[in-house]
Amino acid sequence: MELKKRKKDFSGAIFLGIVRLMFFFLVFVLILLLGKIFIEGIGVISLEFLIDSPKNNMTEGGIGPAIFGTIAVTLLMVIFTVPLGVFSAIYLNEYAKDTFFTRIIRTSINNLAGVPSIVFGLFGLGFFILFIGKNLDEILQTGLLFGQPALLWASATLAVLVLPIVIVSTLEALNSVPKSHRDASYGLGATKWQTTKNVVLPQARPGILTGTILAISRGAGETAPILFLGAAFFLPNLPIADLCIGGYCIPMINPTEQFMYLAYHIFIMATQSSNPTKTLPLQYGSTLVLIVLTFLLNITAIIFRYRFRKILGRL
Amino acid sequence: MKEIKIVVKDLNLFYGDKQALKNITLDILAKRVTAFIGPSGCGKSTFLRVLNRMNDLIDNVKTKGEVFIDGVNIYDKSLDIVNLRKNVGMVFQKSNLFPKTIYENIVYGPKINGIRDKKFLDEIVEKTLNQAAIWDEVKDRLNENALSLSGGQQQRLCIARALAVEPEIILMDEPASALDPISTAKIEELIHDLKKEYTIVIVTHNMQQAARVSDQTAFFYLGELIEYDKTTTIFTNPGNKQTEDYVTGRFG
Amino acid sequence: MEEKDFYSQSENSKYAKKIKKFTRVKESAIKFFFAVNGTMALIFIILIFIFLFKEGFRALDHISLLDFLYFDRADASGTVQKVFEWYPTSEEPRYSLIPLLIGTFLTAFPATVISTLLGVGAGIYLSEVANPKLKEFLKPMIELFAGIPTVVLGFIMLVIGASFFNDLLNPANRLNAFVAAIGLSFVIIPIIASLTEDALHSIPNKLRMASYGLGATKWQTISKVILPAAFSGVSASIILGFGRAIGETMIVLMCAGNAANITSNIFLSVRTMTATIAAEMGEVSQGSDHYYSLFFIGIVLFTFTFFLNLIAEIIINRMRKKNTF
Repeated sequence: MELKKRKKDFSGAIFLGIVRLMFFFLVFVLILLLGKIFIEGIGVISLEFLIDSPKNNMTEGGIGPAIFGTIAVTLLMVIFTVPLGVFSAIYLNEYAKDTFFTRIIRTSINNLAGVPSIVFGLFGLGFFILFIGKNLDEILQTGLLFGQPALLWASATLAVLVLPIVIVSTLEALNSVPKSHRDASYGLGATKWQTTKNVVLPQARPGILTGTILAISRGAGETAPILFLGAAFFLPNLPIADLCIGGYCIPMINPTEQFMYLAYHIFIMATQSSNPTKTLPLQYGSTLVLIVLTFLLNITAIIFRYRFRKILGRL
Repeated sequence: MKEIKIVVKDLNLFYGDKQALKNITLDILAKRVTAFIGPSGCGKSTFLRVLNRMNDLIDNVKTKGEVFIDGVNIYDKSLDIVNLRKNVGMVFQKSNLFPKTIYENIVYGPKINGIRDKKFLDEIVEKTLNQAAIWDEVKDRLNENALSLSGGQQQRLCIARALAVEPEIILMDEPASALDPISTAKIEELIHDLKKEYTIVIVTHNMQQAARVSDQTAFFYLGELIEYDKTTTIFTNPGNKQTEDYVTGRFG
Repeated sequence: MEEKDFYSQSENSKYAKKIKKFTRVKESAIKFFFAVNGTMALIFIILIFIFLFKEGFRALDHISLLDFLYFDRADASGTVQKVFEWYPTSEEPRYSLIPLLIGTFLTAFPATVISTLLGVGAGIYLSEVANPKLKEFLKPMIELFAGIPTVVLGFIMLVIGASFFNDLLNPANRLNAFVAAIGLSFVIIPIIASLTEDALHSIPNKLRMASYGLGATKWQTISKVILPAAFSGVSASIILGFGRAIGETMIVLMCAGNAANITSNIFLSVRTMTATIAAEMGEVSQGSDHYYSLFFIGIVLFTFTFFLNLIAEIIINRMRKKNTF
């Protein structure tokens, strides 16, 4: 048998080279674009910018209320979606048997993840505002309080949008708890709920946290759903009201008010600004803030997930 | 006078359509060590799990027949399974300690059964760790992560954890198969001490271990009980040819 | 021991304990609670379905299905022509969805084509070419980029991309389907790349070893063995990417030009279904025909993406059943 010298696989090498090139081209372009935003936007960033209200038709001032609104909405969204998503995942992973019905549920989760974000906006309008909100007003005799665009409904709609993220992350976390731990617990005479509560959930906490962070990141970046659910370009006041009990008043977020939202703010400034040249630096600055926020959240989630996957690998 | 603890009558078990256990009938004696031996896949571990109804946790498993412990049919539909598992403890092949402290692992069982009194819990911890012959080694580090112990220590800790709920019967599924010879010897010594108070059933693929440790031995093959007798009889003068072939190493 | 004695001890035996009704009820209640939560995803899909269709079908009270396709315009001489226009706010309201459908597909198709080439390439690179240490770093980076808010991508294309392509290609409209398609690609490439990488990675190593063992080169192994084996996974990722492109709102709203043209020229401005809903919902009065027609567009959108997702899921499930390696 003759051992020939290794043939140079030219066409193969070319294809592989192209593939490599494609990848780094993409990375290069993205870094370029993000770099440009950084360069143009960093000059505008200051403490005042992050806290001040917009002034003079958005040509001066800052994005403080928009940041506040984003935090308020995502906070409420988390309160709605995390318990729902976690309990949902617990049912699917710990209680449900593999039947046709559970497969339909899993399909629904995947489908929910694929619904266009503007359709969520229509859903929020048609269901939360015009159905729930209107009926709430009738039952509570509050006039036109709940049946209109408000922080509450924006948060609820976003909660449904990010629900698949929470469910999938929690499922992964629950699945990663070894079956032998559950067996040990049952063997000692524990019920299913005792096992879930004392053995499975504590170990699944990092995964649940990861899912929450990813959900926040997604919710903060969405614009389409909240376009007509209460986001406003400029409001004179923050959506805060005082909750007074006895003589003591605590400022709380008022969920029935409209709100400013960073992602929405960027959209309006970019498309409907009255003075594009003057607002352009502010646009870059706002965009930079949103990107940094998103990146920080996602990086935290990724590092977290990496660390807890590693710990489990060691077990 | 030999006391019978468990009576099994015509036990059949199916994984879906496949029959894994065929017509098993035997009596387990109280405060003795009974060993289940047989080649891989013969059903001995599955049968062990019949005794505390752990197979119920697997989908698609059907168990037919009767299993009586102290005269009570544990496969009765209205039986409290959680209570059953408190009284029939299990030690698994690989240590499955919770990622908690040593102390928390031991008190997990008592706590879920409603015991809250700290002093009482402390007593349980000391008593069971002594029973498992590991108290001296861990008494100063009860608040350390249980997984920081060596393999042999972890397995003894699993035994202590099972003892903490005060079972009468202890089922052991190849408890020493993942351990080195020294740890194995310690476990076997432990079994010898424990049988004074507990009824022990142990599954092992190590025939010499069965011979060392048990009083009664049951030989399983392809889901059937081939022979069940005093250990000395099985190993020196088995009645069945298959048993003889297995214990002399002609197959398996 | 006498057999009689063995069984008679059962009366006092601790093993005879029956399940307490309270415990049984408590555990059932807990299971029920979790089950209700578990079905919420299904319930929400059904609710979206119901409320979308409830408002959208009311458009058919005054607008017929044919009206959603074309409008018969009679000109001065009396000849009637079919006109495909979306212009609900004029005195003669026209509700043809055709320009919107064209707008959607004129942005989504090119975006999907570009993204398939670059995304599958990136996926191949990550799965087969990159060394494992680098991959551990790059895969999270793709996830990071997938997390960029679409409004930011729209902003980038609007402020930077549009001018760049304007200078380069001199299109008829500065904001057009092409610019939007490029913007959409930024969203879809990470999706296709990530899912392709998953699909390729799940092909067991023994197939690669078999191929190399027969003397094949790396590229031959990838193109003739791995890619065909992962075909369903890769196809599913492309379908999902396409579905995402159809459903995207902000990028097309900001970059496609928002003129409801009927054209096959990607360098003209177009209006997509999503952008129409987004742009006009804020201006309509509740209960008007225009308002209901926007929900109707929502129905069309939802139906499209629902079926695309379903197809992708069926493909993935079939692949999982076959791949019982």
